[in-house]
Amino acid sequence: MTALNQTSGQNQTSAPLAAGFADPVQDAQRGFRTIMNAMARPGSLQALATGGLKPPAPLTPVVAAIALTLFDYDTPVWLDVPFARSEAVKTFLRFHTGAPIVSEPVEAGFALIADPAHLSSLGKFHQGTLEYPDRSATVILTGQTLSNEGPVHLSGPGIETETAFSTGPVSLAFWDQVKANNAQFPRGVDLIFAGSAEIAALPRSTMITVREA
Amino acid sequence: MTAQQKPLDEGEYNFAYLDEQTKRMIRRAILKGIAVPGYQVPFASREMPMPYGWGTGGVQVTASILGADDCLKVIDQGSDDTTNAVAIRGFFEKTAGVETTFETSKASIIQTRHRIPEKDLREDQIIVFQVPIPEPLRFLEPRETETRKMHALEEYGLMHVKLYEDIAKNGHIATTYAYPVLVNNRYVMDPSPTPKFDNPKIDKMAALQLYGAGREKRIYAIPPYTEVKSLDFEDYPFEVQKFDKPCGLCGAENVYLDEVILDDKGGRMFVCSDSDYCEERREAGHLGPMAADPNAMTLAGGTSDQHSEEPAR
Ligand SMILES: [Zn+2]
Repeated sequence: MTALNQTSGQNQTSAPLAAGFADPVQDAQRGFRTIMNAMARPGSLQALATGGLKPPAPLTPVVAAIALTLFDYDTPVWLDVPFARSEAVKTFLRFHTGAPIVSEPVEAGFALIADPAHLSSLGKFHQGTLEYPDRSATVILTGQTLSNEGPVHLSGPGIETETAFSTGPVSLAFWDQVKANNAQFPRGVDLIFAGSAEIAALPRSTMITVREA
Repeated sequence: MTAQQKPLDEGEYNFAYLDEQTKRMIRRAILKGIAVPGYQVPFASREMPMPYGWGTGGVQVTASILGADDCLKVIDQGSDDTTNAVAIRGFFEKTAGVETTFETSKASIIQTRHRIPEKDLREDQIIVFQVPIPEPLRFLEPRETETRKMHALEEYGLMHVKLYEDIAKNGHIATTYAYPVLVNNRYVMDPSPTPKFDNPKIDKMAALQLYGAGREKRIYAIPPYTEVKSLDFEDYPFEVQKFDKPCGLCGAENVYLDEVILDDKGGRMFVCSDSDYCEERREAGHLGPMAADPNAMTLAGGTSDQHSEEPAR
């Protein structure tokens, strides 16, 4: 992997291409188990080891670790504007994962959101079908501050009774969108929230109650 | 080809045998399965160096989640030392070098063909089921396109009719294995080939449950604490098998028992199908009614010897 760290001639920016996982097999396995635990226990905060990644901004080590764990040439990826504007980000993702970057949200298996406060809708991504609900997108929101306190209460599969949860920044309409997403179960997107060192997930199966303090 | 891919040379295995591309594909299927509990996610099942009847679906799921720090337990019919369990445990010892155990409480991942351990599983454990036939509606409808529609539209009426017919014919629900369940009040799922005795264990289980069917190319999952209801009727509520006697060796009650032939004169006894559970109880001093029988003692001793051959790692 060290050799791949050198600047390649095709790189459109002059910055050297940042390295991928130091130990691709074990780092990806650890990354996956963390993501799986997060998805199996909605709203739980899970520390994600980043395998020493130093990806180009606005990618963060946590988001890059998720990408390198789950993306490959079978997973079209959609980027929101701040990510899509960065050639270094696209080069990093293409080189280390092989994932095609698509311009239509509905074509994406994964969506990477650098600016969740301006994410207009979850409905623009593939929602899956009643016959193939697994074909929906997974939306990854970056730069999140996660907590198990707050007005949002989660229940459903993976949660014994109820879990308090908050995350941000997200758009004002976000929690209504998540409720609508759950209402169309088994269709709907799955959400991964990426903080600076930890992640949380909300699969479409999670029910949302927002209680004002 | 991506930078993450490691080529699999002849005679050289990637960690846990599967290549990284295949693991990623299976991992994504597992995440979808968790997000839609009880829904069967199609996946591109790979050829494994063992025949299909040997649990290649479960093996692929385990290979995709397994890490160097895991401790693996493999059971078949409740026992760790049957041929199938020995072969799969050996496969992962060889290809992943992971620690293995017979002890339920020590395992971080438990792969099973039939039984669920008698001991309650914990939140930090994962149970992987080897599934031969994942589709609970298959016997009603052979066409995949049709069963897929039935699941999509929650058309489970025929399933109920079939169960009710079973009652009418037999006076009780005769299906003792692969007894269908309703997961999270949405998907009818086959916990096959687990005996229905174990159905209550999969309801609100603290551990994550993953199901892999290799030949049928399906993965499904039940997240922790998910509501799982065995299908039944108001006038014929779901009931598990009852055993009228305790385990002959350890005296355990309310556990799943196997019949064991003791001699060629028709001597027999019933013992825990979960051999680790039985041994732990005997070590703790619990004795069953047959514990003094010399033939039964041989059986118990034999089991213990096999266990102690397992190297302490
Ligand atoms: Zn016993």
